[in-house]
Amino acid sequence: MKALKFIVTGVLFGIVMAKSEAVSWYRIQEMFRFQSFHMFGIIGTALLVGIVAVFMIKRYHIKDYSGNPITFHDKTGRWLRYLLGGIIFGLGWALTGACPGPMFVNLGFGYWSMLIVISGALAGTFLYGLVRRWLPH
Amino acid sequence: MMITGNIEVIPTDFSLFYNNVTQLIFMLDLIRQPWPWYASGFAISAIMVLLLYFGKSFGFSSNLRTICSMAGAGSKSDFFDFDWKGEIWNLLFLVGSILGGYIVSVWLNSPAPLQLSETTITDLHKLGISFDGGLNPDQLFGRQILSSPKTILLLLAGGVLVGFGSRYAGGCTSGHAISGLSNLQIPSLIAVVGFFIGGLAMTHLIFPVLFKL
Repeated sequence: MKALKFIVTGVLFGIVMAKSEAVSWYRIQEMFRFQSFHMFGIIGTALLVGIVAVFMIKRYHIKDYSGNPITFHDKTGRWLRYLLGGIIFGLGWALTGACPGPMFVNLGFGYWSMLIVISGALAGTFLYGLVRRWLPH
Repeated sequence: MMITGNIEVIPTDFSLFYNNVTQLIFMLDLIRQPWPWYASGFAISAIMVLLLYFGKSFGFSSNLRTICSMAGAGSKSDFFDFDWKGEIWNLLFLVGSILGGYIVSVWLNSPAPLQLSETTITDLHKLGISFDGGLNPDQLFGRQILSSPKTILLLLAGGVLVGFGSRYAGGCTSGHAISGLSNLQIPSLIAVVGFFIGGLAMTHLIFPVLFKL
């Protein structure tokens, strides 16, 4: 049962990502060309509802299913890593049209070539682990 | 069903059943349509809240690190030397997302082509990428790329940038743009600005060079 609830939530995520067309390379291109409101609408709505939800959770000290208070971890560190890492991520996002989640949703959808992108993403993550001590953070 | 001697009962019951079936078909048809942005956005934040309720936080790219750890990368870098068993929930979420994609492609797929903006179609055409109505261009993701080393290299390089960048930035779209910004984290805002700087540079500066080669 413990495992099932995470699989089911993942299934929901996959369905939402595919039905919203957020997994579409074309839609990501449309977003980076500012030629449609679609992707901005999705992210904007998710964000607005998310801000209200997080505020309510904090305000009313809402607990999780096992009775522990829901906590949020503040992001720490200097801004440089977020900017540089973000730019590198953005370059790859526009090129492949896929962020880490949609890569896997697309794979399930039947785009087998996403295995190439996923292999690359794993290699990139591994590479970061190897060189991170020399990078400005 | 009780036999009451009243013949009217049978058609009434049957039409009730019939109504339920048509309602179910109507629901499925509704789900099959492409979803409007507000419904999708709402559903994404609902997933984030659901994971918070389960005592976890929404962030997909940590899975990439977990998979590296499972494969034994801990012996090469202490970055991967952590107890990945605590992250199995997220891998289950990943498996679910693959299933979700499969479910949509088999049962919930819309027969209509994607409603892409005309200007995007024209712009992509200029780059030599045709719009075929699917989610992703066959030219970049179809089977025939196996005979195109250049396309394979592009996808591989793109993946490396995504993997490297998301770990360097400490998260991807789900971790920063949704979870982090919902919690009003300034570092997440900086990361999202970075996502757009990179994306705009790739789209407007690098694509014209890349696809004209």
